[in-house]
Amino acid sequence: MLNIEKHIEDGNWVLILTGEIDASNSVELDAAVSEVVQEGAKKILIDCSELDYISSAGLGVFMSYLDDFEENNVKMVIFDLKDKVFQVFHILGLDQLITIRPTKEEALKD
Amino acid sequence: MNSQLRLYCDTSQLSDLRQFLEAILNKTLLSDIEQHQVILAVEEVCANLIIHSHDCNSKEYIDLNVVSSQSLVVFEILDFGKGFNILEYQEPEISQVIKSKRKGGLGIILVKRIMDKIEFESLENKNICRLYKILNSK
Repeated sequence: MLNIEKHIEDGNWVLILTGEIDASNSVELDAAVSEVVQEGAKKILIDCSELDYISSAGLGVFMSYLDDFEENNVKMVIFDLKDKVFQVFHILGLDQLITIRPTKEEALKD
Repeated sequence: MNSQLRLYCDTSQLSDLRQFLEAILNKTLLSDIEQHQVILAVEEVCANLIIHSHDCNSKEYIDLNVVSSQSLVVFEILDFGKGFNILEYQEPEISQVIKSKRKGGLGIILVKRIMDKIEFESLENKNICRLYKILNSK
């Protein structure tokens, strides 16, 4: 099960992901990111402190936005990943392509 | 130890698959992080079959057999129909995934990086993919 909460904090969009992202629900993540982009977000913070699992379907959603974000100067920062979830990004080398920070405070500095 | 699960071809079954695998892997010497990765690899293969080989037709199914010993866990994933030969699949470069904005293509890379050995065989209509994880390996 996946729950996504969205709000604006100090001018930044924050998405809080809770639960597990797999092929059955990755469209929900896609819809949430797409919505905040349409709202004109220039910085999107993804809070993963309560994210227990992500499969390639979820990773693919993040990857599919990277080119557009670079072109449109949108900054996406993922923060507070559990170690087991971070390792999944690391296996693919996505930690070199996506900005990942240990805490929200550090994510805000980017 | 030998365990079996029949998985109907609906992505909502994937959370059941994870629970099934977690119960088995908990009893092995794999660390929590390794268990998590092995669950992911098996799920990637099953999700791929559910979506691409069976078009999410919940009347069709995949059978999973897991055989675990002290030194090895083998996941045998069996399905009927058009086979997906994971060994012949040419996975994309990550840079290509970004450029094409495609949301797929990463799963098989994960499977190949996490598992120690992969086998695929197809006999008439029956396809078997075997994933091996050596305990205390990569």
